Amino acid sequence: MTIEMQTTDLLTIAGKTYHSRLLVGTGKYKDMDETARAIAASGAEIVTIAVRRTNIGQTPGEPNILDVLPPERYTILPNTAGCYDAETAIRTCRLARELLDGHNLVKLEVLGDEKTLFPDVIATLKAAEVLVNDGFNIMVYTNDDPIIARELEAIGCIVIMPLAAPIGSGLGIRNPLNIRTIVENAKVPVLVDAGVGTASDAAIAMELGCDGVLMNTAIAAAKHPVLMASAMRKAIEAGREAYLAGRMPAKRFASASSPVDGLFF
Amino acid sequence: MNIVLNGIPTEVAEQCFLADLIAHLALTGQRLAVEVNAELVPRSTFAHYQLAPDDRVEIIHAVGGG
Repeated sequence: MTIEMQTTDLLTIAGKTYHSRLLVGTGKYKDMDETARAIAASGAEIVTIAVRRTNIGQTPGEPNILDVLPPERYTILPNTAGCYDAETAIRTCRLARELLDGHNLVKLEVLGDEKTLFPDVIATLKAAEVLVNDGFNIMVYTNDDPIIARELEAIGCIVIMPLAAPIGSGLGIRNPLNIRTIVENAKVPVLVDAGVGTASDAAIAMELGCDGVLMNTAIAAAKHPVLMASAMRKAIEAGREAYLAGRMPAKRFASASSPVDGLFF
Repeated sequence: MNIVLNGIPTEVAEQCFLADLIAHLALTGQRLAVEVNAELVPRSTFAHYQLAPDDRVEIIHAVGGG
């Protein structure tokens, strides 16, 4: 990306600006070293983490994810992955805020089904309402339904994050028309969260006008995660530039690129 | 007395403050958060938060996830 664009095309979330429009998860890596290297290669400035029970007495001295990804350097985005009801999602957010010394940015996801990991949008709406009233800045995982996206925004969620396909599926953007509609309606940033499989999927999300993409498995489950992280970084930048550039209209038939005038035969 | 610590029945001293439990587990100073009976307990109150029999204590930390 040109220097000029890097300084002017920024993503703003909860009053903080970011150069990178790629947000990454921190799960499924081989080890902490690979996690750190892949995230560095992705250029991500916002990283999502989960909160789980501390292993009492079983793993003394094990490096913590926050040692590898220090909150002074990265914006840490705790998520409520694994929550299947509003109450546990709310408890998880409160624990995360305490864990991060009052940092109140969270990724809310309330799941409805283990097979699809599709969101339970009814419980998500309920949890979002409670959390907004409790002072949280909510980035919300939802399905690709423009009406639900509108409701979540009306409640006060600061970022709407429709899925592109089921979490961890790598199926790519299954419903580009709905993603585009959500983007067109929204006054807050829209990020595709979940379902991206490879670099072209990320580029498509950005070309649709999304403000960014959040992914984990597409990088962590690649044969070479660090290389894929680099590919994703470029795809996000390329897709963003293409969106800003405004693509040519697609036409059914050919249009010669060389002039017809001056042919000598 | 008995409490339930991260889902596991655990015996602690009759007079046990949350700070004592955390020290006993060698977790003092670690980046963690605690709930007792599904209510958040702020770190600043660990020293004078006294546990009661059958309290359900959850000690959580950050892990990799997406």
